[in-house]
Formats: sequence, C-alpha cells, structure tokens
Amino acid sequence: MNRTNFSRTFLSVVLLALFLVAPFFVGPYFLHILIMTFLFAYLARSWDLIGGYAGQLFLGPVAMFGIGAYTSTLLGVHFGLSPWIGMLAGGVMGTIVGVLLCYVSFRFGLKGIYFGLVTLTFPEICRVIVLNLDAFGGVNGILIPFKERSPLGALLYMQFAGKIAYYYMSFLMMLLSLYVIHRIQKLKSGYYYLALRENEEAAEAVGVDTLKYKLMVTGIGSFFLAVGGTFHAQYLMMVNPETFFGMDFTLEVIIRSIVGGVGTVFGPVIGSFILTPLSDISRAILGGYQGVHLMLFGAIIVAIIIFLPKGVGEWLGRGYRFLEARFGGKMPVSVKEDKDDFAESK
Amino acid sequence: MISATMILQLLINGILRGSIYALAAIGMTVIFGVMNIINFAHGALMMLAMYITYWLFTLLGVDPYLSLVISVPTLFILGGFIEKYLIHKSLDEPEINQFLITAGIMIFIENAMLFLFSPDVKATSVSYKGAAISIGNVIIGLNPLAAGLIAAAITAGLYFFNKKTDLGRALRAVAANKEAARLMGINLNYIYFVAFGIGSACVGAAGTIISPMYYIFPQAGDLFLLLAFVIVILGGQGHVVGAFFGGLIIGVVESLCILVIPGSTKDAVVFAVFILVLLFKPLGLFGKRRQ
Repeated sequence: MNRTNFSRTFLSVVLLALFLVAPFFVGPYFLHILIMTFLFAYLARSWDLIGGYAGQLFLGPVAMFGIGAYTSTLLGVHFGLSPWIGMLAGGVMGTIVGVLLCYVSFRFGLKGIYFGLVTLTFPEICRVIVLNLDAFGGVNGILIPFKERSPLGALLYMQFAGKIAYYYMSFLMMLLSLYVIHRIQKLKSGYYYLALRENEEAAEAVGVDTLKYKLMVTGIGSFFLAVGGTFHAQYLMMVNPETFFGMDFTLEVIIRSIVGGVGTVFGPVIGSFILTPLSDISRAILGGYQGVHLMLFGAIIVAIIIFLPKGVGEWLGRGYRFLEARFGGKMPVSVKEDKDDFAESK
Repeated sequence: MISATMILQLLINGILRGSIYALAAIGMTVIFGVMNIINFAHGALMMLAMYITYWLFTLLGVDPYLSLVISVPTLFILGGFIEKYLIHKSLDEPEINQFLITAGIMIFIENAMLFLFSPDVKATSVSYKGAAISIGNVIIGLNPLAAGLIAAAITAGLYFFNKKTDLGRALRAVAANKEAARLMGINLNYIYFVAFGIGSACVGAAGTIISPMYYIFPQAGDLFLLLAFVIVILGGQGHVVGAFFGGLIIGVVESLCILVIPGSTKDAVVFAVFILVLLFKPLGLFGKRRQ
C-alpha cells in the first residue's frame, strides 16, 4: 500500500467512524439535517447515474420517487404489507415506469431537450392523476397508520420511534448508491453508459445497442429513486402529491448533482453535503422573512452555474490532492493528475 | 345537458383563453427557436409583468391595457439583461446547466416577489371587470375578447417583423444555423439579447393583458409555464404562427374537456396530448424539418 492509498483509506475510515458515532452526540434537529443530507446524496447519486454518468437529460426523477412512495404506502394501507416488501415493489414499479417512459421516448427518437420535456411533464401527469383520485388520497395524501410499538414490530413496519434508526438507514443507502456506481464503473456496461454520454452516434456506429443500454441505466436509476421514495414516505409517515410529485423536488435533486460535479462519483454526495445543510439552516435563520431563503437558493444555483459550471467537486479534489502532495511526501501519481487537470482547464 | 349553444360557448371561451396561452408561448418559442434553450423563468417574467400592471393601476390609476407601453419595454430590457449577464454564460455548457440556470432565476424572481409583496392574492379591480356582450345565447366577456385581439395583433406583428425586417431575418438565420449566421457577419451576442428580450416582452404583454381577469400572486406564472412548453412543442420549435394556433388548440381542448371529465383532470389530458404530439410529431403540427 503506497502512501496515497494509505492517506485516502485513513480519511475514509475517520469519516465513516465520525458518521457512525454522530447520532449519539448531536440533537434531533441536526440528526434530521444529516438524514436529509444522506437521503439527497443517495437520490442525487441515483439520478446522476442516468442524468450525469449516462448523460441523458432526465428531468423527471420525482416521478419514480413518488411512484415508490405511493406503491409502498398503498400496499401497506390496503393489504397491511410491510414497507420492506413495499420498498421492493415500489422499486420494481419505478423501474417498470422508468423503462417504459424511456422506451417510448427513445423508440420515437426523442433526444436532448425533447426527452427532457417528456420526462419533465410525466410527473405532472402523475401529480394530476393522484390529485384527482380518491383511492390515492387526493390533495391531502395518505397518512401511514401507526402499527406497532414493540421493537420487532417497529423493524417490521419500518416505523422507528427516534431518528437514529432512520439515520443509519439513510447512511447505508448513501453508501449503497456509492457502491453501485463504483461497481458499474468497472463493468463493461458501465463503459457503454459513458459512451452514451460522450458520443451516442459513435457508440451506435461501433455496434453498441444504445437503446438497450439507455433502458438499462434508466431502469437501475429509477429503481433506486423509487426506493428512496419509500424511505422518505416512511420517514414522514405520509405521502402527498405536492411533496412526492412536485417539480421543486426534481430541481432539488438535480442541483445537488450539478453543484458537486455532474457525472462524477462523489459529486452528487458532495453537492448534498453542501446544499442540504445550507438550505435547512438558512430556512431556520431566515424563515421569518418569507421567501428569502429560497431567493438565496435561486441565487446560489445561478452563481454556481456561472462561476463553477463543473461543480465544486473538481475544485475540492484538486485542493485535496494539493494537500496530499504538500504534506504526504512524494506523490508522483497525484502530482501528475494535478498537472493534467490544469492542462484540461486551460 | 349538452346543447349546441353550450358547445359554441365553450368553443369561444376556449379560443379566447387559448389566445392568452398562445401569447405566453410565442415568447418562449422565439427564445427556444433562436437559442435552443427552454426558459423556465418564463412564467416568473409573466408574473413580474402582472405585478407591474397591478401596482401601476393601484398606485397611479393607470389602466391595465394602457400599462402595456410600460410593462413591455421593461420586460424587454430585463429579459435582455438576464440573457446577457446570466444565461449567456451557460450557453456552452451541457443542456442540464441551461435548464438549471433558468430554473434558478425562476426561483429567485418568484421568491423575491413573495418576500416583497407577500403570498396574498391580489386583483386589479377595474370598473369594467366582468363586462360582457351577448350575441344570441352566447356570452363573450369583454376582457377575454380584448386579450384575444391583442394577442392576435402581437402575433401578426411578430410574424411580419420576422419576415420583413433585417433584424427578423437575422433572428431566423441564427435559428436555422448559428455557425453560418455568424460567418455571414451576424453578431450572435446581439441576436441572443434581442431574442430573449422579445420573448420576455411577449410574455410581459401576456401578463399585462390577463391581469384584469386573473388573480395575481407570486406563483401565478407557473400554470402558464407548463402550458407554454406544451404549446411550443405543438406549434414547432421557433414557429410563431404555429405557437399561436397551438395555443388556440390547447385552449379549446381544455375548454371542451369540461364536457367529458371532471375538474382539474383536464391538465392531465393537456399533458397527455403533449406527450403524444412529442412522440408522433416531434417537430410540431406546423414545424418544418431543419438542418
């Protein structure tokens, strides 16, 4: 193990240990912020698989998120099914809908902005349907009934008393999403997804079945987005059309990925770690002045796209490598990377 | 009970309402055609024009239709500057960045209005509110009629501007092929400024002429934003006349939906029509294939 690897492993272990013990040292409010940070990191990571890594202009992550949430909730309310099964069912539903939506669009040759518009409008259709069907709870949504007080029942029905269990669950989900992209990058299909982003025509010309790989990547991304929906529904103990099918949510997810660095492994996670606490804390501080914290949010989006169009992740990575080279002794590999980055940015 | 009069009434309502949608969408189609970006701040700009009209009327007693001479140039300049100083920087970036920057501008404008004027619903209480003429059994509101006529006039004006003036030709040239237009000596930065300005001015006009009829609040433009997407695609990218008829079609479809299905489900029908058009006629009903 050389020293670069050592310092990176050391940093990861320290971070992991910090996050594992964190819930015993922070209050419920900060625990909530951390849970939302992990959840958004997970969702942005899942969206980034489709929208960043494979480069499809997929503007409807909230549709899969809502479908996951409503599937598990409806199964739970009507058939008393455990949300764990509902989560899986929701994931499968999300995959089916995502793959169908993309199959139809890609089959008819919709790309770029046109594909973006289809995926942007689709959650609106879902929202209007849910809003108007009493079976889906209409405007008020559905409250998830409280089932059990025993620890076993809590586990079975994913209804934990405190926030700590949700904390670990969301933390695991975030790690899972990172593991998934880590695996995908090594697979042959991972290279095909990259080819979709870099040059679809060229990929097609060398015989890549682009439709198949587009469907695969949307299917995987949709599954994880839908699972995130079930988690959020269980955390809030309710579903409603505005939260689970609203366009705001789509923006919230995508912006995290852009802020951190779209199409990179850690970008979406870094984006969530910057934006989620920022938006929660600014809401707490500026909440008395209606609209100000969202004005700030809008201004941050605009500023980041103008000044850091590639995201902060790249910038942080460069800083980290600089520190490593500065304090870690001789690092021929990382210094070389540093130079490459510099040449690229020129 | 469905009668011929009722259907006629719904048709006329639909056409008048559709012409307002059309005016909002024309602004977007100009921007989409020339710059190839989807402007999410469109609804927010419309809402700004509604507030300008409201305050001019409430504080200075300016008639809403008269305030067009103030709101339209204001929105033109505002839109132009938004393009020049903000959106222009993202034009070389991936499409997702352009989507987010306009969305960020939308969030900023809407919440700035929320902060300044509270979420309370406002309305311009003009004396002729709700005035109508009746022809036979059909009733036509004067405000919707005026809005429809103004929308038609602006569409016609923009059509001839595009066809007959040098600037209009330059806009069409950039829409058809940016690189070739640039090589012919057209200043792209200037054209983008003008295109975004015209787009904002159109949606500003739409915001002003509907303020005697609609409630004014910070999210008032959102409904028109999604409809404008639908209409732009229906009419074909950058096609002004197409967008006008697209707007009329959507207005009529929405209006006639009341006969068949209840309540706000009509929105789902409109979006379903949108996806169908995208799939089967992605160039729009009036669009031509371009290079």
